[in-house]
Amino acid sequence: MILQIIFLIVALITLASAVMVVVSSNLVHSALWLVAALFGVALIFGLLQAGFLAVVQVVVYIGAIAILIIFAIMLTRRIATDSGPRFNENWSWAAVIAIAIFVVLGWALLSWPGFNIQAQPLDPRTDPLTTLGMALVSPKGFVLPFELASVLLFAALIGAIFIAWERK
Amino acid sequence: MSDPVNLIAEWLKGLLASWGLSSGLVLFIMSLLGVVVVATFVLVMDVVLVWVERKVVARFQDRLGPNRLGPFGLIQPLADVIKLLIKEDITPEGADRVVYNIAPVLALATVLLLWAVIPFSPTLLGADLNVGVLFIVAAGAIGTLGIIMAGWASNNKYALLGAFRMVAQVVSYEVPMVIVLLIPVILARSMSINDIVNSQSIWNIVIAPVTALIFLITAIAELGRAPFDLNEAESEIVAGFHIEYTGMKFGLFYAGELLHALTMGALFSSFFLGGWRGPWAEQVPILGVFYLFLKAFLIYFVIMWVKYSLPRVRIDHMLDFNWKFLTPLALAVLMVTALMDKILGQPGTIVYTVGMLATNLAIIWITMSILRTTIRSEREKVGEVRPVATPGLTPGPGQAGAGRV
Repeated sequence: MILQIIFLIVALITLASAVMVVVSSNLVHSALWLVAALFGVALIFGLLQAGFLAVVQVVVYIGAIAILIIFAIMLTRRIATDSGPRFNENWSWAAVIAIAIFVVLGWALLSWPGFNIQAQPLDPRTDPLTTLGMALVSPKGFVLPFELASVLLFAALIGAIFIAWERK
Repeated sequence: MSDPVNLIAEWLKGLLASWGLSSGLVLFIMSLLGVVVVATFVLVMDVVLVWVERKVVARFQDRLGPNRLGPFGLIQPLADVIKLLIKEDITPEGADRVVYNIAPVLALATVLLLWAVIPFSPTLLGADLNVGVLFIVAAGAIGTLGIIMAGWASNNKYALLGAFRMVAQVVSYEVPMVIVLLIPVILARSMSINDIVNSQSIWNIVIAPVTALIFLITAIAELGRAPFDLNEAESEIVAGFHIEYTGMKFGLFYAGELLHALTMGALFSSFFLGGWRGPWAEQVPILGVFYLFLKAFLIYFVIMWVKYSLPRVRIDHMLDFNWKFLTPLALAVLMVTALMDKILGQPGTIVYTVGMLATNLAIIWITMSILRTTIRSEREKVGEVRPVATPGLTPGPGQAGAGRV
């Protein structure tokens, strides 16, 4: 019961911050509302007993990606209070499409048989962190996608260094 | 009377239950009380830190320090607090009010967050997270956000420049810090700081001294203290990202920096010096708190020693040092430690300890010899004789050049 109330509060915070990201007139304020929305997602991870994912969400999204977004905004704006028009003349079509997507997703979720089933609590003997670690490196688990993801990141790293390298 | 904090907690719980409150509410009230007690204790320690800092810097600079207010100047920090509170509260014109006011709060709050996962004694712990080490990295990430907000919201180019430099430094030095923090995790087989402290029957600084040194250097860089304090270089950008802050808002930044230094001291002690461990700490838990703060203040003294002895590092040298030296060294130490951990067997045995120590000394020796050859080749490159123009060697414009063969 208490968990339901906490979840509702966290969900409201996340959704309100997400709306403010789009609606806010100041670009840096939008970036900061994005930070709040990402923090709300981290809290939802915590509510699902995925503590590791919650902390990784804060480290990766807020600590790296949000800061990169803020840097990109601050380095390309000439005035601190720069703000532009938020809506253009096609806003009615955008609203129609957004409502249509919302209805379709809501109907898909409601017709899923698992919607009304209470979530099973995790087995208290297993440590979710150890299970995740073992799954990432065991051959019967997810070692192949793990290694492929690191090869992808490696390629991106080499590409970034190549682009940024000054030729003398 | 060996564990007074838990005794008081049990008595209070019994009192609340006897008033007829439900057990969930009792738990909530006790947790709230625990948060208030830890935060208050740490903030009071912060005020003591102001006195410690000023006395120690004075002694390093061969003078006395504050000695007028109270015996040995002990009332000085109180006077400082009162002065900061009654100063005029200025918001610069054109500054973003909400962001400007939230930034110092964020800077101090993220430091207080770190104290939630440090074990004070065998029975005193804020929150036994099983991802404690990663929680520390996450709190540092939120602190970086506070710095950017402060620098941007001040509507001041120097503040923005200082904030950019500080964030570049903090984000860069987070990389070797996180890599090196994996080593106590490997040695303790768990990411929880409680487990790391409990597993240190032999202190980690004996088993992994190179790791401890790298952690100390990156911690000093994360704090933004000298020799890495280019963001508040008074001779260059006049106080960096907290130029426009006056009164208690500046006080929050300043106190936050000192508290962060003590927190790094406490974290270093928990990871490498055994935390609350010491003689009779298991039987008398309150001694554990005393040992932890003794070690934390020792490391804080080392951090201050480094600050008041070394000159400032230039920004490109600082980033070079991180990416070309510390990160490869941290990766090498991580791989070698993981390998030796598998080879040497059970931690805690004499073979393990001596083997790890020998490996670390080998790493230091190899690093120093690589550095020596690199420095020698760089010095030769810089010191080679370059052709210098001398008059009369080549005919100037208008001269016939005749008469020279």
